Amino acid sequence: MAEIIEKLVTTDEIKADEYLVNMGPQHPSTHGVLRLLLKLEGEIVHNVDPHVGYIHSGIEKMTEALSYPQLIHLTDRMDYLSSHMNNEAVCLCIENALQVEVPERVKYIRTIFDELQRLASHQLWWCASGMDLGALTAFFYGLRDREDILDIFEETCGARLTLNYSVPGGVMFDLHPNFQRRVKDFIKKFKKKIPEYDTLLTGNVIFQERSKGVGILSKEDAIAFGVTGPTGRASGFSCDIRKHHPYSAYPLVNFNEAMGSDGDTFTRWKVRMDEMWESISIIEQLIDNIPEGDYAVKMKGVIKLPEGEFYQRVETARGEFGVFIVSDGKKNPYRVKFRSPGFSNLFAINHIAKGWKIADLVAIMATFDLVIPDIDR
Amino acid sequence: MALEKYDFTPITQSIHEGLISNMSPLLTTIVEWTIIGVIYLLFVAVFGLLLVYVERKVCAAFQQRMGPMRVGPWGLLQTIADFIKLLMKELITPKSVDKFLYNLAPFIVIIVPFLTISVIPFGPGLQALDFDIGIFFVTAVSSVGVIGVLLAGWASNNKYSLIGGMRSGAQIVSYELSVGMSLITMVILAGTMQVSQIVALQRDGWFLFKGHIPAIIAFFVFVIAGTAETNRGPFDLAEAESELTAGFHTEYSGIKFAFFFLAEYINLFIVSAMATIVFLGGWMPFHFGSWEGFNGVMDLIPGIIWFFAKVFGIIFLIMWFKWTFPRLRIDQILTLEWKYLLPINLFNILLMATVVLLGWHW
Repeated sequence: MAEIIEKLVTTDEIKADEYLVNMGPQHPSTHGVLRLLLKLEGEIVHNVDPHVGYIHSGIEKMTEALSYPQLIHLTDRMDYLSSHMNNEAVCLCIENALQVEVPERVKYIRTIFDELQRLASHQLWWCASGMDLGALTAFFYGLRDREDILDIFEETCGARLTLNYSVPGGVMFDLHPNFQRRVKDFIKKFKKKIPEYDTLLTGNVIFQERSKGVGILSKEDAIAFGVTGPTGRASGFSCDIRKHHPYSAYPLVNFNEAMGSDGDTFTRWKVRMDEMWESISIIEQLIDNIPEGDYAVKMKGVIKLPEGEFYQRVETARGEFGVFIVSDGKKNPYRVKFRSPGFSNLFAINHIAKGWKIADLVAIMATFDLVIPDIDR
Repeated sequence: MALEKYDFTPITQSIHEGLISNMSPLLTTIVEWTIIGVIYLLFVAVFGLLLVYVERKVCAAFQQRMGPMRVGPWGLLQTIADFIKLLMKELITPKSVDKFLYNLAPFIVIIVPFLTISVIPFGPGLQALDFDIGIFFVTAVSSVGVIGVLLAGWASNNKYSLIGGMRSGAQIVSYELSVGMSLITMVILAGTMQVSQIVALQRDGWFLFKGHIPAIIAFFVFVIAGTAETNRGPFDLAEAESELTAGFHTEYSGIKFAFFFLAEYINLFIVSAMATIVFLGGWMPFHFGSWEGFNGVMDLIPGIIWFFAKVFGIIFLIMWFKWTFPRLRIDQILTLEWKYLLPINLFNILLMATVVLLGWHW
């Protein structure tokens, strides 16, 4: 039986010195149910064969049976660390299709939420990667500071992780009166924390030894594999949707696209760390200027999209997230396709992990920031 | 030798005399061995649990948590509860393991600390075995542990265990060189391998201060290599959780797992105790030159308290490493040993020999 499975899952022969190891679906560093079939020679990785689908939940198919406001709630469950960005992508797609102009206030609120969520996501990424590299204390530092953001979310919309805050035409509730004050307090506090993260890990000799020059993804490969987000930008591939196809309030703010050029594990790390500073700057520019007005426009009870195909992309914490809706004019979509950043990014790992050691594979995976439901959907 | 303050020799002497006046010398020896064995068994069990508790509290402090708080006051009984749980757990032997080696491995691993601990002087007169080759015995015996780890990795029939076992083999064998050589450096200074002698020589100043620069270098090398030899972070490659799930003891459960767990902590104690004995004067109080009053006050503290205070100082240092640093990679760990620590050590031995020869030490 085992031989049959090995035949099924490997495309080429296993040489005499090589052996197969299943990393996952239950493994501490795959952060979910990702299964990597490794072909190793001693410690050296010869091939990484990702097997996805262990948490496939059929979200794309399910959406065909749901109305548009309902299907937004499913998008939370894909990349649960960028739930608001996913929601927003669907909302923007629907609003564009119906040609609804949302109030300025909504744009500001959505953008601030995007950036807060990006901070929360990068914090979790930061601390979990630290744990993957063996620095266990980092995990608690990251989670401690992430709590503050989640508390802000909870106060405004009642949810901490799967926000469901965006609805077609606006947001579900108005901001909590405390929102601005708490965000400002948080930013003030958090600005002191990032240098602390840097002293704990980024500046550490062992960490730099582990990450510099490891798993280099060239710009050409990044483009060829469709690697987006901070991972792609670390390779010098300018792919920030917020810059190139601005949406919501992004045209109104000044920010730099955090870029790297080396494409190694350390650059990917650095780009995400820099992106946290950019997020802080965006929030600072917006938080004092939230315009007064409605938090949503009145939409029809039953939303029906005109016949046609609609596409909207946003920048989540992991990269380019796309929503493609094919509508036949009914209240349910005819077909929905989500372009998730994790899926494209995952398949670049095999290309760059070859020849490195298992420990390096873990480091590479850590800086790819994979969220498994985002890959499987 | 003159009696130390708080010397335990009269107590042990009187027990010995009491026993020998009532029974034959052979029976006396057997009874004494049994008593010492039971004491060490209890000590290892209790001290191991205590160290697990200390580790949890120290780690919690670094991570801004409270650590165990629920079982007993300040969670003091938590590790005991955990240990009872481990005792009661089912011993799972996976199919197609090499049964004999699989069962043998934890015993080899746990036997090492028991052997090593016998030469450690906890205080004046509190030492079971006082060899003239004490230091040599410690380095020799502590090499046995790696066999258990390799066996566990090999016999488990698990690829993760095998990788863990091999890593651990490469690592421990390499770092033993540094541990041994830094001890040899200090043996050159002391001129003896007898542990009690080494401690006695540090009456008026610890070797760390007596031996100039080479002693300080040797101390740093010893602490780094000792941390690596106990398989603790940042050198915990053998069980690297995020890479190998649990490394060489992935397939062990219940009390067999507890053996590995306990052995790790007792080895931590032994490394710290050796550092204390060789560099920090064992149970000798801290003396400062000719400050008679100060030295007198220091002498009031019993030797056993001095010993454990120093040991816990080193243990805290090693725990600090673990909870701050990320893990090294296998090739980096071997590079560190073979390209840096070993040449430094060899040079350091020469330096120490020169210092001793020219009488530059105090």
